Amino acid sequence: MTDIRIIDKPLNIPSCIEWVMSPQSGGIDVFIGTVRSLTREKKVIRLEFEAYENMAVSEMKKIADDVLQKWPVHKILIHHRIGILQVGEVPVVIAVSAAHRAAAFDACRYTIDTLKQTVPIWKKEIFEDGEAWVAAHP
Amino acid sequence: MKLKILGFGIAKEIFGGPFVELELGKNSDVASLRARLEERFPKLKELSSYLIALNNEFALPGDIINAPDEIALIPPVSGG
Repeated sequence: MTDIRIIDKPLNIPSCIEWVMSPQSGGIDVFIGTVRSLTREKKVIRLEFEAYENMAVSEMKKIADDVLQKWPVHKILIHHRIGILQVGEVPVVIAVSAAHRAAAFDACRYTIDTLKQTVPIWKKEIFEDGEAWVAAHP
Repeated sequence: MKLKILGFGIAKEIFGGPFVELELGKNSDVASLRARLEERFPKLKELSSYLIALNNEFALPGDIINAPDEIALIPPVSGG
């Protein structure tokens, strides 16, 4: 089972974890991305996330389907937030449940690593003295 | 054919809005769309990379564009 969403409000971490729990699962692995206060020594004021929503959801579904093919995972949830986020807030939650921990760990790591490479979501860092789209320029 | 290209992230800033429209010959491919876009928006060449998506799927340079396709310019992604 999968639960894939782009959300414009704060993510509810406990309900994400609860959703992947099941009696068959012996382990749940959770990745929580948070907004960091420093990038290359520069103080970050806030981040702005934007998504190409239809495609972002379809690319996240592809990742979840791959995960279900590759590992004996019971449930996978990917929630990504968009809009303006302050330092410490949570842009992404990934939760995976499986019978045993190895599959849950591996699937969770694969999901965040792949999401960062293929899902059309962009973040802009706002600094005290300027702003920049992350990864846009070499 | 008249095409509408959606722009996201830095592409929206380069376009000066959420989309641009341009004319391209029938049966043009993604490579010729890229060339036309770079001619009109030279700043695209300064990006680390970018891809074109057709109907919510990443496209290859040789893919043919049809007028009703939903076209988007995908600059380097940075979610997570």
